[in-house]
Amino acid sequence: MTEITEVPSPFCGIGTDDLAIQVDGISIKVTANGCAINTPAFEQAISDFSPRVDGKEVSLDEAVCKAAEILKAANQPVIGGCATDVNGMRALMALADRNGAVVDNMNFTAAKRNFLALQDSGWMTTTLAEIKNRCDLFVVIACDLEVFAPRFYERYLWNKESMFLDDTSAREIIYIGKAPSGKASTSPDNRQAQVLECENADLPEVLAVLRALIKGNLVNAEQVAGIAITDLQNIADKLKAASYGVVSWAAGALDFSQAELSVQTICELVKDVNASGVRCSGFPLGGKEGDQTANQVCGWQTGYPARMRFSSDIPEYDPFLYDINQMFDNGEVDAFVWVHAFNASAVPPSGGKIPTIVVARSGMTFEEEPAVFIPVGTPGIDHVGHAYRLDNVVAIRLKKLRDSGLPSTAEVLTAIEQGLVN
Amino acid sequence: MLTKLTGGIVYDPANNVNGKKKDIYIQDGRIVSKPRNVEPDKEYNIAGKIVMAGAIDLHTHIGGGKGNIARMLMPENHRIDPVAHTDIKRAGTGHAMPSTFTTGYRYAEMGYTAAFEPAVLPVNARQAHMEMGDVPMLDKGGYVMLGSDDFFLRMMTANKDQQAINDYVAWTIRAAQGVGIKVVNPGGISAFKFNQRQLDLDEKNSHYNVTPRAILKSLATAIKELGISHPLHVHGSNLGVPGNIQTTLDSIVGVEGLPMHLTHVQFHSYGTEGDFKFSSGGAELAEAINKNQNISVDVGQIMFGQTVTASGDNQRQYANHGFSSPNKWVCMDIECDAGCGLVPFKYRDKNFVNALQWAIGLEIFLLVKDPWRIFLTTDHPNGAPFTSYPHLIRLLMDKSFRNDMLATIHPEAQKMTTLGSIDREYSMQEIAVLTRAGAAKITGLVNRGALGKGDYADITVYTENENREKMFEKPDYVFKDGELVVKDGEVVNVVWGTTHVVRPEYDKSIEKDLKKYFDRFMTMKLGNFTISDDEMTEDGRGSITVHPTVGEKV
Repeated sequence: MTEITEVPSPFCGIGTDDLAIQVDGISIKVTANGCAINTPAFEQAISDFSPRVDGKEVSLDEAVCKAAEILKAANQPVIGGCATDVNGMRALMALADRNGAVVDNMNFTAAKRNFLALQDSGWMTTTLAEIKNRCDLFVVIACDLEVFAPRFYERYLWNKESMFLDDTSAREIIYIGKAPSGKASTSPDNRQAQVLECENADLPEVLAVLRALIKGNLVNAEQVAGIAITDLQNIADKLKAASYGVVSWAAGALDFSQAELSVQTICELVKDVNASGVRCSGFPLGGKEGDQTANQVCGWQTGYPARMRFSSDIPEYDPFLYDINQMFDNGEVDAFVWVHAFNASAVPPSGGKIPTIVVARSGMTFEEEPAVFIPVGTPGIDHVGHAYRLDNVVAIRLKKLRDSGLPSTAEVLTAIEQGLVN
Repeated sequence: MLTKLTGGIVYDPANNVNGKKKDIYIQDGRIVSKPRNVEPDKEYNIAGKIVMAGAIDLHTHIGGGKGNIARMLMPENHRIDPVAHTDIKRAGTGHAMPSTFTTGYRYAEMGYTAAFEPAVLPVNARQAHMEMGDVPMLDKGGYVMLGSDDFFLRMMTANKDQQAINDYVAWTIRAAQGVGIKVVNPGGISAFKFNQRQLDLDEKNSHYNVTPRAILKSLATAIKELGISHPLHVHGSNLGVPGNIQTTLDSIVGVEGLPMHLTHVQFHSYGTEGDFKFSSGGAELAEAINKNQNISVDVGQIMFGQTVTASGDNQRQYANHGFSSPNKWVCMDIECDAGCGLVPFKYRDKNFVNALQWAIGLEIFLLVKDPWRIFLTTDHPNGAPFTSYPHLIRLLMDKSFRNDMLATIHPEAQKMTTLGSIDREYSMQEIAVLTRAGAAKITGLVNRGALGKGDYADITVYTENENREKMFEKPDYVFKDGELVVKDGEVVNVVWGTTHVVRPEYDKSIEKDLKKYFDRFMTMKLGNFTISDDEMTEDGRGSITVHPTVGEKV
């Protein structure tokens, strides 16, 4: 039995790297600094070691051959999920390039709302250490932050020491949208977060009014979506009085048509605060289990984020057309690869009768057995690797904790790619 | 295997060979003397062709987070320049900020064999190396950014002695696997986070009470004392501000004779004369460089057209965001370490300021006398994409072409530049200094940028052409570490270069302070911050080449 400390997590997205983990053979126990996301993700037992073809256990070579055979015969293959480490994603891109496949990260529909805003008007953003040491006003839009990242408050807002704040417990927290489900946002000196409650679907209106107030425009109404204009004015004033306000949002929760316009409103109101003469930054809350990694690697290898295709031998990006769920609905797909090395419950969407190859964390169970299933090791548990934090700047070095013998995503996808050549 | 290049005209300034007909022999990746009684396994008849070492770009933004944001920001700019895969090459996209594979192929296809990323944030160094790990064909290296990071500024506030600063600089360059140290708008990136919207050379950062002048001095001293070959790489204060020539001249004085490399100095050479209160400081700057042997520069030439500016200097990028074209931009504060800003720019020849920027860059090239202290850059992608280098070389080598171009720019800008009266034309040998021998020397590379016995066989062969743009955009052959990699301007063999690093010694006790500091304030553990050698090589393609510090035995 060994004890490993300072273990970084690829699961939570916020770069916790202080976990202590006990390894006994191939079983893992989180002994310190776990959370509702990380502990089960680390401790999940390995239940499959063997690849399967049509439900029958086969050797890795046979499974790889079968996968290559399916992809070779395909006219429009798609690769979904894209949840793995940097080297896994590199191999995925190489396979897609050779195979003329579509690449679509599983959370791109949420990420698209941010990318569309970025690519239309840009933004001003910040990172976790700036929040931890500098932020005196933290606004959360459309996110139950303590469910999204259970240790966010402990690590980045209620940290005892900071570089520039005398008293971190004096930070002010404001929610716009749904109220938080727990008490993590209550300060150590017992001040509760201010909540301006509304439905997510009402956020476009609420945010538009907030931005108008920040710009000093006259708003001829008393309330918007049940929120008093005076309350929003109060927030506008606080943002303009803060030393370093941070406005965070979860694009994933903005699940309504043209939500990118609401993201854009948030980004533009942050710029407006800066234009008024004080500092303020945005902070997108999203990107777990390899989402940022997928977009980063796809970005540097092709120039585009991770919803693109190689079907015409060149990289082509379209945040709408290459949504694989839509491609399934339109009957545009004849082979489907699902890659998810982090989470055995992240099962592939149903491709119907389309031949499906699943390269995923051991233990995944299926309603319909895929043509090929290859269980792979989890980056940060079974092999070393790199994963991006949600703030997109820091890539964390993942450790190998045990010898499970499971291959990495990169090894499997590279072997399949080689199978296309031979 | 013995390879012979027969009959080429060799320009090898490192060995004082200036246009001499000379055969070159290659064995095991290196250049060797003519072996006795051994016939070459492969011979290339390059009679009359021009031979130089592979070119080295000492300042080009090819890897790191800000570049990737720049890529994501501008899909429309990639759509106009798609690159299809071939049997050996990966697909990608080009233009202002090309994808990594395309970057490597295009550099090699212009005869380049090495490129250095000049803005590696320590906290983002992993990404820089991973991106550069996906740049084929080239050797790589990074300059690690310091000067707006909290730990360093704290040390300055506390008046820590120079030895402690040296230890921190050495620890950082090793932890981030760098080959040099860069400072960007010294203290200014930090100041912006405290809402200081500008910071002059003698203005104090409001929190740390430290001036940019003091930062320059401290870091330049550290580099000298640590024996790091590449001088402190300085992106100065007040980038782009009319009148900043004075800041630049004051910075040269301020560094008190210590070695200093002023980068993209074109953007720091502006006066305030004339009707538009914007004028050239090119002549003044050149005079200062000519006088001060401790100073080297790269130009950061602008070229007309669409590009995207990608900089660690978020303070100045924020100030310039109003010029963004198309109108979208990004600013980011990063980890109490640094920052970045991305602002798309379209430089126009009919715009007075842009036209004069173009002329100022060329004035600097032509008025600085010592080719060993000036380097050919566009600060890719900030002044223009690196693919414009052959055009730039023609501007330097061909006066009549240059004057034809000058006649097309904004008429008021023509009046404000002395460019038309400068007769100098760069010689072939001088181009070889700027882009090869000088660049290798100033970055501290051993056995690169040269064609002597024992040097790595990074070699480019061109067909002589009076149109220098045509000549330099399409080499006949490029060899990387002795392997033929480009033929007739096309990649024929994909190879992976090494990463150049330096590893100065330091007192390990600083790690105790750093560990405490990381535990108190940072968002990761010290042990998880440091980049291991495994990380650089485990993909099976990467390798590390450690270069000696000054005075260290090789």
